[in-house]
Amino acid sequence: MTASSDPLTVLVLAGGLSHERDVSLRSGRRVSQALRSGGLEVIESDVDSALLPRLADLPGAVVFPVLHGEAGEDGALREVFALLEVPFVGSIASACRVAFDKSIATTVVADAELSTPRQVALPHEIFRELGASALVRALGDQIGFPMMVKPSRSGSALGCSKVSLPEQLPSAMVGAYAYGPVAVIESFIEGTEVAVAVVDRGTGQSALPIVEIRPDSGVYDYTARYTAGATRFLCPAELDEATAQRCSELALRVHDVLGLRDLSRTDMIVTDEGDPVFLEVNVSPGMTETSSVPLAIEAAGWSLGKMCADLVRVAAGRAQTAPVP
Amino acid sequence: MALDRVHRRDTRLDDYVDRYAARTHKMTASAIRALFAVANRPEVVSLAGGMPNITDLPLDVVGSILNELVITSGRQAMQYSSGQGEPQMREAICEVMKLEGISAHPDDVTVTVGSQQGLDLVTRIFCDPGDVVLCEAPSYVGALGVFRGLQCEVVHVAMDDNGLRPDALTEALAGLRAAGKRVKFLYCIPNFHNPAGVSQTLERRTAIMEIAQRADLLVVEDNPYGLLGFEGDPTPAMRALDSDRVIYLGSFSKTFAPGFRVGWVLAPHAVREKLVLAQESATLCPPAFSQYAISAYLANHDWHGQIKIFREMYRDRRDAMLAGLADDMPGGTSWTVPGGGFFVWVTLPPGLDSHAMLPRAVTARVAYVPGTAFYADGFGSRHMRLSYCFPTPDRIREGTRRLGEVLQYEAGVLETFGETVEDARARLPYEAPGANQA
Repeated sequence: MTASSDPLTVLVLAGGLSHERDVSLRSGRRVSQALRSGGLEVIESDVDSALLPRLADLPGAVVFPVLHGEAGEDGALREVFALLEVPFVGSIASACRVAFDKSIATTVVADAELSTPRQVALPHEIFRELGASALVRALGDQIGFPMMVKPSRSGSALGCSKVSLPEQLPSAMVGAYAYGPVAVIESFIEGTEVAVAVVDRGTGQSALPIVEIRPDSGVYDYTARYTAGATRFLCPAELDEATAQRCSELALRVHDVLGLRDLSRTDMIVTDEGDPVFLEVNVSPGMTETSSVPLAIEAAGWSLGKMCADLVRVAAGRAQTAPVP
Repeated sequence: MALDRVHRRDTRLDDYVDRYAARTHKMTASAIRALFAVANRPEVVSLAGGMPNITDLPLDVVGSILNELVITSGRQAMQYSSGQGEPQMREAICEVMKLEGISAHPDDVTVTVGSQQGLDLVTRIFCDPGDVVLCEAPSYVGALGVFRGLQCEVVHVAMDDNGLRPDALTEALAGLRAAGKRVKFLYCIPNFHNPAGVSQTLERRTAIMEIAQRADLLVVEDNPYGLLGFEGDPTPAMRALDSDRVIYLGSFSKTFAPGFRVGWVLAPHAVREKLVLAQESATLCPPAFSQYAISAYLANHDWHGQIKIFREMYRDRRDAMLAGLADDMPGGTSWTVPGGGFFVWVTLPPGLDSHAMLPRAVTARVAYVPGTAFYADGFGSRHMRLSYCFPTPDRIREGTRRLGEVLQYEAGVLETFGETVEDARARLPYEAPGANQA
């Protein structure tokens, strides 16, 4: 790849074929608009067979993946960008692979002695082999109710269920398996839901103001996430200073132990005792009109356009300083 | 890096949230609807959408008609027009309706922006919030949207392979009367039903109209597919059986092209007067250019022959879908055999849930519409609507092959966990058409 020309060209990738395509398209539009306002030349692209020829025609362009769900967040596309030496915003493929899979990410975070829910990850087949009723009973005994059931590799709360009674568990498992072959079952943590973004604009990582999430329905599901007006957001969260500090530290530690880069968002629950518990991390957080990260950026006194443009310049700079193999 | 100053936000990210009408708060994002963003990608075989296939429309003919129209009548065609619709359009509509046995005067026709707007106007004219509308079970999703938007109570009436069941209609009317509820009209699609794919026989239509007369029930007949039958002549419309009790909705979207957005309502004179006033409030007038274009198309092109071409094309696709279903569906699955139109209604083996398994289907690159979309009361999880109108026969076969694999996998999950759908809504007392077909 040749050095970047001026002005910097950015290829914003949005869409894809994951279940979150619609969300990604919305995020992509917003990021594109923000980058243009930041003075960059932006080309929007879907992920299809025209992508690689398009990249070949844009030497020096930086890719800004705004893809949610598989391919965008599981590292697959980023592996391709690295192979082609195309600079891109965000974490490297190996880190994404770990972060995107809830069962693996939670294990890594727990191994770093950070607080996580008690969790097991089970493929559908194990229920068939061991007998569903016995295993369901064991889950109830060991994890306890209420519990959360989620697809291991999915976002936007798709396929997630809170299970309060044993008889609800099989249905929740079926709902999670509709999104993928492995489901995680974890203890339900009561408390305040918050999201903390971590950004590195080239001057070191910083945690953005904490966003507290209060869905009207009580559940931050797909409808609450993407229906404007259905959720109240408080930024910064109504937390005391010490608790807020612990939340920021957790997000920074998660970003660090998972080897993430540029931008991440960690979702957590703050218990009544003020202890933040890790739920999951996003390497390509939502940037829609109802997403929490743009809100946190605004609360930080930054503009989305300037911040995204800085991330692009950081990515371009990485490409220029990368060692020649 | 420390943040210098934090700008506090307490927001719902919608500055208008406290100003919306109460009914607007029910307009929410849906994960299932979002999945259709994936379904529109070319990698996915979409058996979901009911988009008419206009590949066979002679664009050169349409192009020369539009060219001639602009040159000769452009100033009238691009002007505002009558709220009721252009006279020559309404005369042509009466000619079209004759094919299904309807004798009508152009004065009783109101042109609308697709028949969808016709249904919206009719519902606005007749229904107050809380009024009951009777619908087939299942019913057209766009109609349910209109009724929901205008805060009607939808009561479904069971169907079988010959359409709406007269005994179920009688029972529903009696139940509602006993409950002191007022039924404003029965909404039904007698030909090649969307989504069920079945048609009412003439005997069935006669029986339903007799019940309607006895109960003093108004009938709204929605007939977008009536001329797209694969065998024989069209069955006489319900409107042909009773001109005072039936409000008829027609459309050029399936017999010509949907982009012109021209439909119509044929209604008794008093209702027609209200319709025109309602139309003027809603749009001032339906699009004049589209009406001029369709009138010219009907006058200058062999539109009967064109409909025949459409019918044959849809029949080939229907055949491909039926063959694919026979080859690929697991045991215990059944489906209707449409004699025309666009849709097959599939009944899944007990315990399978079309709504819950849609994400897996999209992952397998095939899409359908879950049956729950066609009921106002949450029923329908064991059903799905498959459209054969748009994909090529080869793509349809590929779609049923993928769908068959999804169903096999789902059956495996079901076998593991047992019947998990403990939802009373799945057990409402109406059977769906095709449920007993092997």
